[in-house]
Amino acid sequence: MNTIDIKQNEPSQVELNQVELTQTVGNIYADDAKMSIRNANVHYGDKQAIHNVSLDLAKNQVTALIGPSGCGKSTFLRCLNRMNDTIDICRVTGQLMLDGEDIYAKELDPVLLRARVGMVFQKPNPFPKSIYDNVAYGARIHGLTNNKTELDEIVETSLQKAGLFNEVKDRLKDPGTGLSGGQQQRLCIARTIAVSPEVILMDEPASALDPIATAIIEELIDELKEKYTIAIVTHSMQQAARVSQHTAYFHMGKLVEMGKTEDIFTRPSHKLTENYITGRFG
Amino acid sequence: MNTSLLFIALISLTLFSYWFGLKRSLKVAGGAEHKKDLTCLPEQFGLLTAMVCGLPALITLLIFNSAEQLVIEQLLTTTLPANIQSLSSIDFGLYLNNIRSLASSETTQALLQGVAAQQNDIALQGQFQAALTLQELNQQAVWLKTGLVLIIAVVSVIVLVRKFSLTYKARQKSEAIVRALLVASSAIAILTTLGIVVSVLFESIQFFKSVSPAEFMFGTQWSPQTAMRSDQVGGSGSFGAVPLFAGTMLITFIAMLLAVPVGLMIAIYLSQYASTKLRSFAKPMLEVLAGIPTVVYGFFAALTVAPVIRNLGESFGLSVASESALAAGLVMGTMIIPFVSSLSEDAISAVPNALKEASLGMGATKSETVVKVLLPAALPGIVGAILLAISRAIGETMIVVMAAGMAANLTANPLDSVTTVTVQIVTLLTGDQEFDSPKTLAAFALGLMLFITTLGLNILALKVVRKYREQYD
Repeated sequence: MNTIDIKQNEPSQVELNQVELTQTVGNIYADDAKMSIRNANVHYGDKQAIHNVSLDLAKNQVTALIGPSGCGKSTFLRCLNRMNDTIDICRVTGQLMLDGEDIYAKELDPVLLRARVGMVFQKPNPFPKSIYDNVAYGARIHGLTNNKTELDEIVETSLQKAGLFNEVKDRLKDPGTGLSGGQQQRLCIARTIAVSPEVILMDEPASALDPIATAIIEELIDELKEKYTIAIVTHSMQQAARVSQHTAYFHMGKLVEMGKTEDIFTRPSHKLTENYITGRFG
Repeated sequence: MNTSLLFIALISLTLFSYWFGLKRSLKVAGGAEHKKDLTCLPEQFGLLTAMVCGLPALITLLIFNSAEQLVIEQLLTTTLPANIQSLSSIDFGLYLNNIRSLASSETTQALLQGVAAQQNDIALQGQFQAALTLQELNQQAVWLKTGLVLIIAVVSVIVLVRKFSLTYKARQKSEAIVRALLVASSAIAILTTLGIVVSVLFESIQFFKSVSPAEFMFGTQWSPQTAMRSDQVGGSGSFGAVPLFAGTMLITFIAMLLAVPVGLMIAIYLSQYASTKLRSFAKPMLEVLAGIPTVVYGFFAALTVAPVIRNLGESFGLSVASESALAAGLVMGTMIIPFVSSLSEDAISAVPNALKEASLGMGATKSETVVKVLLPAALPGIVGAILLAISRAIGETMIVVMAAGMAANLTANPLDSVTTVTVQIVTLLTGDQEFDSPKTLAAFALGLMLFITTLGLNILALKVVRKYREQYD
């Protein structure tokens, strides 16, 4: 985008910020919701990062969270498995339900929650351990098995599901950090699915990868939705259009619009959504 | 003009030559409005001129000052009568000292000269004559020095300034000089280290001429008392360093036994569990622990910890020496805790947050994350911290002097009194000593061994850190 375009956008920016967001347009409800979030608010100290967001994550489908930088989509994603607990000043309110169970309930153990709601991060972050130990890590800490052959099996099936097994089967003892970026990201996915989660949260999983590795990851996401419910934050609208069934558009901490992906990308109802997906800002 | 006055003059001259070089370069360019024609900025010409003015003169001054006394003494010696020149080196040194003190105070000199003349004391008169010669030589030296330094400063500026032209590379030349200065500074640090090693090495070789290295390194008896005169009844002098090194190792081991677990746990707590507010308060407090003088730790060990340990031991029916390795080791361990905790905390905090989140995101608890991800990833830093702490413990002296005793027992019992290498070095070298007996020379041999040990540990620490440094990221 050149400078002239930005100048032309300036008046519309002012206008956009004045758009009153009383409620989300589109459809936030899913017929078969795996997770339901109602009126979620997130504060960092005095600053409110998420305002009254409500949405459903449909079971065995991919929901894409899109929006300009700093709109709160990553913050929102991290609420879904209570990763924000690790930040001292972060406070989450509202109802966040997994299978009808409040995940912020006092008696709920965040450690168990994170085993059910796994997470894949923006930058591939394999442990500085062998490929095998990376995948076996979760199974070991959760005591899924004490048996070497069963553990081998978990590692193998997880790597297979992540589409990595054939590439690494002869070097499972090599360090995971020695793999290429795309392989590392698939290793991280294998590591996440090794603990058999129900939901997988992906925070821009392909933003650090080249186009070919990205395509492989996207294909993988499409396969994974057969077994898991997936929420993916992405900066790439093409990616959201390719992999997701539902799309939620965030703007300045608010959920502006949500609906079926094809609807959002072809017939956005809200002016802000339209401006974003047509590339007028972002 | 004395040296400090000359020094001030030289500095003023340098400052002046900055201005002079600057003006001169503008003149070469044909006025301030043409300064763009110069390849370098006028300030850079000024800087180069100042350097060329100050540095050679300063170096001359330093060399002159260090050689001055020697040359003057040589000159003075040639004027002295033959019977004095033939004195032994010690007596001659005394004689020279006499002359120097006579030469340095004029009033007493005049007074005594009168007395000497009255008493017709030839020897004393000779001394006064020599003192006068010395004064004269000193005076000449001062003039020579002043003249030489100032001439060098002025001449080098003139020679430089005559070379100024529009394309003169003043910037490159001053950069080269700055670089040479930096190289010289680092060379000083390296040469000092080398100098220390060489001086210790030569004294140690002296020692090993009278005591065999094998006896020193493998002997188990340490009693360094030797007879100073042949008719004196003294110790036979046995120099087996094994008990000293064993004592050092024992105390270091006890110290590490305390410092490593406690320090690591502090590091884990501060980096992972403590709130930012608590950490910002607790970390400096811990580092204060490292700032307490070791002598104070020594009091604490000898007056507080040792009696407590003895009473405690006695209540269990154990016999505990009043100065025990345990007391010294525990207090030393306390002293070292901040080294371990502070450096380990840095290492743990340096582990990328992504790894921590990956582990937590999979449902690992905080402690599982610490044990299985953070500690392995931070291991090189932690090992480095521990090795640094060990070198510190081995070299520590005051606590052990006060709390562990002087008896060179070869024992593994922490309740016994033991001694360490550093303590023995201190005891061998304190008091009036002659520096040619094996007793005092032994200190240098011990110092050398200690130096080699800590050097080895440091190299090992560097190796470990380098080997595992790229493990993550």
